[in-house]
Amino acid sequence: MSVRGLHVTRGRTEVFTGLDLHIPRGQITGLLGPSGCGKTTLMRSIVGVQKVAGGDVTVLGEPAGSRALRKRVAYDTQAASVYGDLTIQQNLRYFARLVDAPRTDVDRVIEQVGLADQRDQTIDSLSGGQESRVSLAVAMLGVPELLVLDEPTVGLDPLLRAELWEVFRGLADAGATLIVSSHVMDEALRCDRLVLMRAGRIIADTTPDGLFADTGTTDPDAAFLTLIERDANARAAAEAPHPLTRREAREQAEHAHHADEGSAS
Amino acid sequence: MNGVLTLATAGRVLRQLSHDPRSIALMLVAPSLLVGLFAWLFSDQEGVFDQFGGPILALFPFIVMFLITSITTLRERRSGTLERLMTTPIAKADFIVGYGLAFGLMATLQAVITVTFAVWVCGLQVDGPLWQLGLVAVVDAILGTALGLLASAFARTEFQAVQFMPLIVFPQIILGGLFMPREDMPEALYQISKILPLSYAIDTINAVTDGDEGWEVFGPLLIVVAFAVGALILASLTLRRRTP
Repeated sequence: MSVRGLHVTRGRTEVFTGLDLHIPRGQITGLLGPSGCGKTTLMRSIVGVQKVAGGDVTVLGEPAGSRALRKRVAYDTQAASVYGDLTIQQNLRYFARLVDAPRTDVDRVIEQVGLADQRDQTIDSLSGGQESRVSLAVAMLGVPELLVLDEPTVGLDPLLRAELWEVFRGLADAGATLIVSSHVMDEALRCDRLVLMRAGRIIADTTPDGLFADTGTTDPDAAFLTLIERDANARAAAEAPHPLTRREAREQAEHAHHADEGSAS
Repeated sequence: MNGVLTLATAGRVLRQLSHDPRSIALMLVAPSLLVGLFAWLFSDQEGVFDQFGGPILALFPFIVMFLITSITTLRERRSGTLERLMTTPIAKADFIVGYGLAFGLMATLQAVITVTFAVWVCGLQVDGPLWQLGLVAVVDAILGTALGLLASAFARTEFQAVQFMPLIVFPQIILGGLFMPREDMPEALYQISKILPLSYAIDTINAVTDGDEGWEVFGPLLIVVAFAVGALILASLTLRRRTP
């Protein structure tokens, strides 16, 4: 999966101006960053539903969104995109037909997301966490070679999160490539690679060990804050070569203070 | 396009509907109740119901299907399910024809019930064959579905979608020839009525109730079909795999 010179505008805001990224096959890549930094737009570009203003996105050797990829790439949107008035089983049966997955897959994915007891309930009667698990189950139908999962574990309890990450690991071990976005930093440790984004730019493309070595901490939140801090300072220095005003100096000091607190916790 | 995916989509839409028995009941029974109300209203005036009853049969499937389709497809656009579908092998035509088949089936049921009620219970006089009346109702329903699909592309919220009804449906009812023969209208309005599909649907109904045959019936009906196909093609152009 490679992105070259990606340029995306949404409304009047420029989300990306020349984004470059390479994601290796057969690994779990975590896409991390504060909300609004462009994670979802990047994922939409990879699955080919985002209108792009320029640049190339190549997925599994084909241009993103091309017909040949529609069975090979699975996408789970951030909001649960399933039919609220259908049961879990009816939803999965419909999507299984669309991606030409065998009917037995329906039972498999229901088991994998731990909803076997609710299979005949309508989505509207489920809790938010259960609903997003159904949406995730849809993405696991068939044998997708690339799974693009937008915050699949948001709002789930730690036990369930751990179980789902084991499922993800199993898919990767079987040869699939996964791109998983999250803003829960401890999930970063479960990924093979980490891509950290901020304000439409990639500020780090590393591994969990690399991230800790680079930032000199073992706390994912603190490491992330350190990188954001570093990036913000570098930008400020590049954009404002004039000496810091008192207010800017004070704000920076406050930021540094917060970051220190983060690493102490 | 792939027949399997079209049918899977039609099945899915009907399955969704089956979880909502109240909507099904409203869809099937409400038109008969309104036809009954009209028949009762004119019960003391000989021949008036025979004049208005037919065209009313053309209106209900059109209005009901317009509303249902515009709201359900808007929901698909907004809930993210349409975006998800666009990442799967389904073709846009599968999606649109799937919806058309599912609602077309519901419209056929509705037409059978309403025409039966109008003729057997309310005593509507029809000189032509009854199946032709049913056929017009089904074609009207498909026209409503097609325009509803198209309208949903221009609405951002369900509230807006409902507001399209007075904008798109009411002028067609007023100018369609139900209240006044189209030929007697002011010239400008007569010309406008010629580009509105419902005018031809009402022409067809009047031809059937008058016992006309051949082109008198199927000419205007084909025009309605052409409008429906055109709206479906335009609607498919508003479905985009890539969105901003």
